[in-house]
Formats: sequence, structure tokens, C-alpha cells
Amino acid sequence: MLELRDIYKTYEDQPLLCGISFALTAAETVCLLGASGSGKSTLLKLIAGLEMPDSGKIMWEGQDLASTPAHSRDFGLVFQDYALFPHLDVFDNVAFGLKMKSWSYVEIEKRVNEVLSLVGMNNFNHRKVTDLSGGEQQRVALARAIAPRPRMLMFDEPLGALDRALREDLLYQLRGILRRTHIPAIYVTHDQEEAFTIADRVLMLHSGRIVRAGSPAEVWTSPGTAWAAEFLGLGNVIEGNCRSRNERLKMWNISTTFGRFDVKCAHKHEIGDNVHLLLRPAQIEGGSVVRGLVVDVLFQQDRFKAVLENSLYVYVQKPPKIGQMITVRVAVKCLG
Amino acid sequence: MAGFTQHEDRRTQNADYPAAITASWVNRLFLWFLPLSFLVVFFFYPFFRILAYSFSIESLKLPNLQLAFHVLIFTVYQAVLSTILTLLIGLPAAYLFARFDFRGKTLLRALTLVPFMLPTVVVAAGFNALLGPRGWVNLGLMQALALESPPIPFVGTLSAILIAHVFYNTTIVIRIVGNALSGLDPKLEQAARSLGADSRRVWWNVTLPLLRSSLLAASLLVFLFDFTSFGVILLLGGPAFATLEVEIYIQALQLLNFPVAALLAFIQLLCTLAFAIIYSRISTRSNVQSAPRAGGSNIRKPKARLERVFVTGMLMLLISFFILPMLALPLRSVSRLDADRGQHGTVRVGLTADYYDELFINRNGSIFYVPPVQAAANSLGYAGATVLLSLLLGFPAALALAKPRRLERILDPILIIPLGASAVTLGLGFILAFGHWLTYPWLVPLAHTLVALPFVIRTLQPALASIPDRLRQAAISLGASPFRVWQTVDWPILQRATLTAATFAFTISLGEFGATILLSRPDYPTIPIAIYRFLSQPGGLNYGQAMAMATLLMALTTAGILLIEKLRLPGAGEF
Repeated sequence: MLELRDIYKTYEDQPLLCGISFALTAAETVCLLGASGSGKSTLLKLIAGLEMPDSGKIMWEGQDLASTPAHSRDFGLVFQDYALFPHLDVFDNVAFGLKMKSWSYVEIEKRVNEVLSLVGMNNFNHRKVTDLSGGEQQRVALARAIAPRPRMLMFDEPLGALDRALREDLLYQLRGILRRTHIPAIYVTHDQEEAFTIADRVLMLHSGRIVRAGSPAEVWTSPGTAWAAEFLGLGNVIEGNCRSRNERLKMWNISTTFGRFDVKCAHKHEIGDNVHLLLRPAQIEGGSVVRGLVVDVLFQQDRFKAVLENSLYVYVQKPPKIGQMITVRVAVKCLG
Repeated sequence: MAGFTQHEDRRTQNADYPAAITASWVNRLFLWFLPLSFLVVFFFYPFFRILAYSFSIESLKLPNLQLAFHVLIFTVYQAVLSTILTLLIGLPAAYLFARFDFRGKTLLRALTLVPFMLPTVVVAAGFNALLGPRGWVNLGLMQALALESPPIPFVGTLSAILIAHVFYNTTIVIRIVGNALSGLDPKLEQAARSLGADSRRVWWNVTLPLLRSSLLAASLLVFLFDFTSFGVILLLGGPAFATLEVEIYIQALQLLNFPVAALLAFIQLLCTLAFAIIYSRISTRSNVQSAPRAGGSNIRKPKARLERVFVTGMLMLLISFFILPMLALPLRSVSRLDADRGQHGTVRVGLTADYYDELFINRNGSIFYVPPVQAAANSLGYAGATVLLSLLLGFPAALALAKPRRLERILDPILIIPLGASAVTLGLGFILAFGHWLTYPWLVPLAHTLVALPFVIRTLQPALASIPDRLRQAAISLGASPFRVWQTVDWPILQRATLTAATFAFTISLGEFGATILLSRPDYPTIPIAIYRFLSQPGGLNYGQAMAMATLLMALTTAGILLIEKLRLPGAGEF
């Protein structure tokens, strides 16, 4: 389906995208996850044809899209602030793309009602879009993007403007709609929970490059880079220095300011190399030992987060006292 | 929580705004007394005199009604034509400013605003200097082609009126439509494109419908200005092109037919009022719609060939159209290009300061001749009086309006109403109401004050309202006496606004033409009246002096405009 090859783009002389390549398979939902300013939205605009890459190819089923203008690409686009046409009512907003394709009125009416009920917005046909709530507006925007049966859907932080409860609710519905319609989709967000919920595959974007790609579970278990681990909030990311290698167990002994850790590691390191380690906060049996004086305890629904003197944090089941020295066993992973 | 406290703050602010001044009803009545009685005596009373005259048996005769009908038709005709032409130049210009980035953009944008605020006599003189019979183009062509008479007819044609109107009002379209266009969320157009609309259909189905109300508002405002235009038509078109304004002037001053003048003025007021009401309805709607949103900007550097051609072409058009007349005028005022009065034989062509020197020489050629210096002194005197009077009346009104009580909100539009009445109508009202006092020169600054007062109030009011009460309370709690509070808190903030308001009043009075020409005594002319007289007399010297005076007036007004622009509080509206 969609394939990007080595996309470069600069913005105001600053490199924004540096060699982005990925491909999208049928009915797959890919999530571009990255901090704001990482170029995710620009990448969407390049794919949509609203902007042109400096170099690289965007292809659809093997065909270069460079000469296809935005209005002929047939990719649906959903924005964070909905971008509903304020001068049109709900029906005319959803019908817009169909009118552009010169559908007959009967067909348009049928299709509009169909997609409006798909997003749970039937009976809103002739309401003004400016009178709708944020969640309702986003449903209409989704219906508008789906209506012309696009060959792909793109979402630019679609739920960013909504409050938390509504966001979760809409996210599940969106997931269901994407499953049912089998439309491949690219979903851009900076929210990892959103990404992990909706994506079949997550691409993590950092300083213009894809730094990690994989299923949500893969990305979660091995984030790959220190940046990704920190961005995803997977635990404590600390610096260390390789001291010795146990070839038989394929383990490195790594010294840090928080103590020495024996870490199983598939990377190639030399003795003396600086590496990043991820100390997951959850306690596991047989994990590495972390000790520290508790300086703060935070209640977090089903557990307590204990912040230690050395600024590490761990999750514990029973709240320790502030000032107490605790010892926990946690998983340590080398991030290279 | 934060929102709640803010709300509370605003309520307390409303409740006890400058407690010492506005607490009691007695004090508030005192605030209202001066401005309201001024309006009643000098606006509403003359207005009722016009009404009384226009409904008299003398005025409501068939020939008068026929005349009124014909004049009205022509007024609408030229206003519609002018509006269409203004849109034809203004819309691409608005698009240029809203969508493209180019060098000198801010400067050009500021330059397009200058004509709008220039006195009509200056604009008329500028176009005369460029395209008139003694202007650069015609003299140049006569020289080059060895012609006996000016080849391009300009003064006394409809085109002259139309061109000057376009020159005046293009900036309205640029500001109103341009602001709406740049306030549009670029995502709307992107969404339309992703839904399969090509750029033509994006324009017709999305952009244009979204601009509709601002387009309407701009067109209506342009139409309103063209409809009530006076100086430009009298100076460039001549009496042959009688619009309502010009005909009022002719009937009142030349034929002394006051009933007909009053009838025309009544029609004029009625139309203006109707347009003003429609305009305010539309402009509130367009404000809601074009409220700027967060999100990317759609201003870009011209890249594609077509875009570059468009930008370059528009820049050349705008620069030549807006700068040439304003350049032709001062240059013409220092160039001797043809024979002066009484000069025979070969003409010395070249740079000269004669026209300026001549302004200071008293040549008693005619009984009514007043040396230009005297006219300038009159103008400055009138302007000074207007500043004093409009500040004196404007301050209490603005103070009361800054935090109005419920009942007082009704008074707000009443203070602004004079803005809708045309200057000639104001002048006619003064003649009808205070005719027996016409021998006194002080009617002129009173009329100027009426014109300037709405601007003064609109400038002072937001500044007064913007001073947070917490500042005053803090000053009081730190031991400041009421006078010290005024001196240390209010005055520093009000200084700018006061200076702006004074400059407004000064430049308005300096350039005022319509009311002045009806009210000023022949031996008490102002600068614009003197320019008009010089322009309507034959001879190169008269022409040169008109150019010189208009140049001086332009310089003074431009300085005023620049000062106002510099002092403008951020966020203050443009129209």
C-alpha cells in the first residue's frame, strides 16, 4: 500500500525529517509517536500532498505520488481541532467530499446517513457544527473523512483537544471503526497510551528519524533507546560504564552512581563504553538490587510510588515511611 | 478556581471604578452634562432644523423631488461603480497581504493606510498634480509630443472621481478582508483539499463563503464612504457631477435654496443611517467568524512562477497607485513647469521655491483675497480650539462610558451618531440653526469638534477602561492621596491615549473641508478652503500655491498619522 522511501524535509533551514522510510500494509493502523516538534504533523502533510518533501519518495502500490495533487490522493485527513467548515451544517460537512466526487444526491444522502450512524451522530444532520461539543465535532470530522471511502485515513492528534474520559471513549470507538472498515490508517500522537491502544504498529519519531518501530508490546518491552524509554515513561534511565564481560552468561557488569549491575545484553560493547540502563520501577523476583532512603511516597491507585533519595523511583505494594531505607529488586535493561 | 477569581475581580472592578469620581448619580450626571448638552445644542437641534425644513411645503414639490431622485440615482451609481473598482484592486491586494511574505510588507501595508486618513483636498491636489491639466503626465506628454493642450482629460471626468475613491478606500478592503483571510484556519482549506477539492473549488466552496460577511462589511463601508464623499467630487469632478453632498452644497451656498438642501440632507441622513445599521449588523457577524484561531499560518514566500508574477504585478500596481499621487504633489510644488500668471515669453522650467515664498506675500488682487499665511493661522487656531473642546467634552464622556451603568449604555451610540452624519449635512444644520451667527468664526471649530468627538471618545474610553482598579487600590494602600493616585497611576497610562486623541482632533480639524466650506466666512478661510480657491482659479502661480499648501497640509497630516500609529495601543481596533 503506502510506502515512504528516505524522506527528507527542512523547515526554515532546520532539518525536520531526515530519511524517513516505512511501509503500511492493508488494514493496518500505524501510530507515529513523538514529542511535539518532532515532525510528525509535517510527515502527514507530506503524505497528504499538502507539502512536498525535499527529497525521497512517497508511493502508493508502487506508484510515485509526487505528481498527484492533494485533492486526487484520496487520503482522508482528521485534524486535532476538527477543521469543520463553519459555514456548512453537519450534513453538508460530511457530504463535502462526496460532492467533490460528483455523487448523485440520493447516493450522497444515503452515504452521509450511513457514516453518521457509524460514528453515532445520526439525527444531527442539520445542526450547525459550531453548536456541537468537541467530541461531537470530532465524530463529524471522522465521518467526513470516512464518507468518500478514502484508500487511507490519517489522524493528526485527533483527540488532543478533548478531556480524558471523552478521549478514552472515542479512542475505543475509533479502534472499532477502523477494524470494521478495514481502512489502513496513520495515527499521529504524542500520547503513548493512545498510541498503544490504537496501533498495530508504533513508529517512534525523534529528531527527524524513526528510532524504534514495532508492535506496542515490542516497543514496550524493549524501547531500544534511552530517549524512547524516557519518552514512554518506562522507568529510571541512568548512565553507566561497562566494566567487565561474562562471555558464558552473555552479561556485562556495569557500574553506575547507583551501584553495579549485571545486565544481560546483546549489544556489542567494549570495556569502558558508556551505556544507558533502564531500571524498571516494578518489583520482580530475582531482579537487581536497588537500595535507597525514601524521600516521598505517592499514592497511585493500585500501588505506591516511592521516590528515593538518589531520585530513582520504584513501585511498591505497601507504603514505606519517609526516611526509611528500603531494598527492592527490579529489572535492569541495557539500552545501548 | 482561577477562572472564578478572575470573574470576581471583574465584578468588583465594575462596581467601584474610580470611586472618588463616579460614585454618586450626581457626579455621573455631572460627567454627562457637558458632552450631552453639547450634542443636543450642536447636533440634534440642527438636525431637527433640517427635518423641519425638509418637511415644509416649499421643499416637497414635484420638481424638488425629481431633482432629489436624480441626484440620489447618480450618487448611488458613482458609489456602486467606485465600490466595484475598489474591490477589484482591494481583493487581490488583500490576498497579497494575507497570504504572501515579501520584503517591505509592513511598510507597504502602512503606506496603504495613509491615503485613507489624508484630507480630501490633499488627495484631490495629489491627483491633480499627477494627472490634472497642469500635472506631470499631461505636461510631460505635451512636451514630448509638442501638443498645444493637455491630451488626457482628468479633472471634470467621472474617472477622476472613481480613481480618487479607489485610492481612498482600497485600504478598507485590504484591512477587513485581508484580516479575515489571514484569520482563516489554514486547516479548513487543507481539509477541503484532502476531501478532493482542487484549488478552484477550495476557493469557491470554502474560502469565499467564509469571507462572505467580511466582504459584505468591507463593500458596505466602502460604499458608505463613496456615498458621502464630498471634497473629492467637488474638486476633481466639479459641480457637473452632483452627488447628494455636492448638490446640498450648491443648493445651500450658491442658490441659497435651503428647503431643497434640507430635503437632500434628510435623504442623505436616512440612507447613511440605513447603511450604518446594516454595516454594524454584518461586522459583528464577521468578527465572530474570522476570530483568529490557533494553528499554523498560511503565509508563504511566493515560490511558483504564477505566484511570483502575481506578487510582483500587485506590488508594482500598489506602489505606483499609492505612491505616485503622493509623490507628484510635493514634487510639483517645487517645480516650475509652465507659465505663471503674467509671465510671457519663454518659461523658465526647473526647481523653484517661488510657490512657497508666494504663500507669505500679501497680494491684494481681490477683495476677498486672504494671504495663505492667514489661512494657515486660521487653520491652526481652529485646530487648537477643536483639540481643547473635544478633549474637554470627550474626557467626561469617556470616563462615564469606561464603566457604564445599565442605563448609560444607551448613551454610547448616541455619542457616536455624529460620525454617521456627513460633514456637509453638519454644515447645513449649523446654517439652518445658527444662521444669524454665521458672521462669527467660532462655528467652525464647533463643527470640527462634532466630527472629531467620536474619535476622541473611542480613543480615550478603552484606555480609561484598561486601568485595573487593583493598581489604584495598591497606590491608595501605599499611602497615595487621590491626586497622587491620578498623577502616578492614571495619568501615565492616559498620556498616550490623550496625545493620540488630541492628534486625531488636530488632524481632523486641519483637513476638514465639507462643513468648513459651508460655515467659514470668506475672510476667514482655512488651509483646505484656500487650496480649493487656488485650484479653482486659473494661472500657474495659483496652481503652484495650491500645490505648496497641499504639500504642507499633507506633511502635517502624515506626521499626525504616524504619531497616532506609533502611539496606538496594541489590540486597539482599526475600524
